[in-house]
Amino acid sequence: MKKLLVVLCAPLALAFGSSAIASEGGYRIERAPIDPTDLVSVQAGARTFVNYCLNCHGAAYMRYNRLTDLGLSEAQIRDNLMFASDKVGETMKVAMSAKDGKEWFGVPPPDLTVVARSRGADWLYTYLRSFHRDPKAATGWNNAVFPSVSMPHAMWTLQGEKGLEIIETKDGEGHAHTEYRWSTLSEGRQSTVQYDATVRDLVNYLVYMGEPSGTKRKLIGAAVLFALVVVFVFAHAMKREFWRDVH
Amino acid sequence: MSSRLMALWDWFDARMPSVREQWNQHAAQYYAPKNFNFWYYFGSLAMLVLVIQIASGIVLTMHYKADANLAFGSVEYIMRDVPGGWIIRYIHSTGGSAFFAVVYLHMFRAMLYGSHKKPRELVWVFGVLIYLCLMAEAFFGYLLPWGQMSYWGAQVIVNLFSSIPFIGPDLSLWIRGDYVVSDATLNRFFAFHVIAIPLVLLGLVAVHLLALHDVGSNNPDGIEIKKTKGPDGHPLDGIPFHPYYTVKDIVGVVVFLGIFSAVLFFVPGMGGYFLEYNNFIPADPLKTPAHIAPLWYFTPFYSILRAVPPLFNSVFPGVAMMGLSTLILFFLPWLDRAPVKSIRYRGVYYKTALSVFIVAFLFLGYLGTEPTNVWGQSGAWLGKAERATVAARVFTVIYFLFFLLMPWYTAADKCKPEPERVTM
Amino acid sequence: MSEQKIDKKRRNLVVATCAAGGVASAAAAVPFVASMWPSERAKAAGAPIEADISKLQPGELGIYEWRGKPVWVLRRTKEMLDSLKGIEDKLSDPESDVPEQPVYAKNDTRSIKPEYAVLVGICTHLGCSPTAKPEPKGEMGADWVGGFYCPCHGSKFDLAGRVFKGAPAPVNLEVPPYAFLSDTTILIGEDKKGA
Repeated sequence: MKKLLVVLCAPLALAFGSSAIASEGGYRIERAPIDPTDLVSVQAGARTFVNYCLNCHGAAYMRYNRLTDLGLSEAQIRDNLMFASDKVGETMKVAMSAKDGKEWFGVPPPDLTVVARSRGADWLYTYLRSFHRDPKAATGWNNAVFPSVSMPHAMWTLQGEKGLEIIETKDGEGHAHTEYRWSTLSEGRQSTVQYDATVRDLVNYLVYMGEPSGTKRKLIGAAVLFALVVVFVFAHAMKREFWRDVH
Repeated sequence: MSSRLMALWDWFDARMPSVREQWNQHAAQYYAPKNFNFWYYFGSLAMLVLVIQIASGIVLTMHYKADANLAFGSVEYIMRDVPGGWIIRYIHSTGGSAFFAVVYLHMFRAMLYGSHKKPRELVWVFGVLIYLCLMAEAFFGYLLPWGQMSYWGAQVIVNLFSSIPFIGPDLSLWIRGDYVVSDATLNRFFAFHVIAIPLVLLGLVAVHLLALHDVGSNNPDGIEIKKTKGPDGHPLDGIPFHPYYTVKDIVGVVVFLGIFSAVLFFVPGMGGYFLEYNNFIPADPLKTPAHIAPLWYFTPFYSILRAVPPLFNSVFPGVAMMGLSTLILFFLPWLDRAPVKSIRYRGVYYKTALSVFIVAFLFLGYLGTEPTNVWGQSGAWLGKAERATVAARVFTVIYFLFFLLMPWYTAADKCKPEPERVTM
Repeated sequence: MSEQKIDKKRRNLVVATCAAGGVASAAAAVPFVASMWPSERAKAAGAPIEADISKLQPGELGIYEWRGKPVWVLRRTKEMLDSLKGIEDKLSDPESDVPEQPVYAKNDTRSIKPEYAVLVGICTHLGCSPTAKPEPKGEMGADWVGGFYCPCHGSKFDLAGRVFKGAPAPVNLEVPPYAFLSDTTILIGEDKKGA
């Protein structure tokens, strides 16, 4: 019986062990060093989001006043983060229409409310740091993680312009290897370390926005499990007491 | 109890004695074998999950919009704007997976201890009907969030019907009510998910229980406790379901709720297995996600579908095999010819067959979650076929052989003698 | 152990388990019950509104929507304000003792500035919206001093929203929380901007 269970669990272990999200281009996805409980970082990310993303992308399910979760007051939200709307109860709608977006970029920029839930933090973190100049692309930009991306590099003034050379080689056994050679074409306003921190904050915010109840969820979960342990102690004692009759 | 409450109860009982009679028949004087083990929790747990799903589903229905333009947004509305909405939604999504986990374990218990065998064939048949209903319920419900996986999953499944010879194309058109999966499809799936199937499901659960209580429960020894009765006319190896199994099942419920809550509050998406990543992208009829797979509880059957090669330019053989793989369950009571019920007294043939079957079922399930190239290609000797497809074919054959050969290997099995009385 | 002792132990354990399970179930019911309160969207839609009253002529009634309800702003003339006096004995609650208004509107004119009456235009009887009959006498009879008349069940209110005796409506019309942001802008639904 025990041995059977071990065998039965093997495919499950296999299934959960393999990562579910792979990049489309084969570029290595880095782990995003985010911490959703770091409110300062999430706040900084919110600022980057409204300054750099919200011009073209909306977050149609995210209300501005929800940002009070991050320790901001409604007045702070109104004064520092709201450019497009005037009521804190409104959602983060985009000024640009979907039709204009389609005309300018070929596809309307997707809504970003739950992008962290579909793409995952690691993908976003790598993607936002992997834009490079590409003279063949319509926008002049391309991305190592998302080849032929429609979006130009929105934060290029911060990161600067990168160049990328992709070299495909085959080793003696015929296996293909891809090498990515990055170069710096122009410096941005931020150093690499600063830009990585900016992106980390932004991704931290996107993860928060994808599931605003995420942090609270775990706290409630701990309380629920504790309560169930208490109930278990009584229920188990009751069962044992009754089952003394059964021989 | 105070005398006033007792008087009230007497008043009620004098006018409606059937409440007391039913309670006695199904709980207080329903004698269940005293040797139930771990595997016997899953029946009551399945009932619990049904109640959880109905309760959370009612709340979701209050806020959900069955409209192709509003559905995706209304789910996010529930997750963000409705007070406590995210808990309810996670309860329902986790509950969906929990339902299948519990029901699969419940069915496995039946196969371990021969609960499908005479005289409980009807219990098993109603159980399989419940399982099929559950699959329909899950399928209809999965379209409702109107994400990419919802949309393309429904698209693929409905198109399976179009492969049925002659009537197929019209049938799938009729199911969709449109030329593609659309608002009309969403609306009718909503009706099936919240009203039609749940009503059938509740009816079948009632019939399943009535059929069980008429013949009495099986047990890990697979012997009939009604054969040995004491002077009071009750089985010597039986104990009243209430209080003994109610207090025991309460412990099971609390442990189950612990696991359920751990998933719900700490990994509600279960790494993409309970809530798929691509389902957080709104449905887009113009763009199919790179890799689509059904939720984990359908993947064994999805694997069988993919494993069967097309014949005469038609995918119907695969569809038919997938259909057969579920329908064949109905015949289990008559395929099993062993003189004993429980695996404890069966011979090596059935023990081996069941183990191999379960491994095949789980591997089919795993392969169904992955693209067919997950294991790469085989060497030239197999014609550079995809290894995963070859494996899925082998496991599919094993799946069917388990049932088709059962009349022979169960009859030929060297069974041990059953005891007279149950062992604890 | 005697039979009685066992029974007592069992009863205690049953009571303890039921209590623990009951508390846990009650806690589990919280999200189910909470989900029926107004959502964030409903709250955002019910947020305070800013009413621009600059175009309101003396004697004119402006109707604004707040939380899906009509809110009246009546710019009262001197004659209208005069009509509020001397009818106290005909009113159910002339002093506005029933808290149907914020404290700053518990006065003779039930308003912050006597010139502007701000009232929720919903009859306190069964929720119809009364019709303005600001002209004295006329079709409303010789006694009528000007006010509001509810077509559903005939409740009558004066131009400060005070209910006349004998009407089915039990209390005066509600005065919503409001504040003057400037001479020409009223914030309806909140006492002061920014909380």
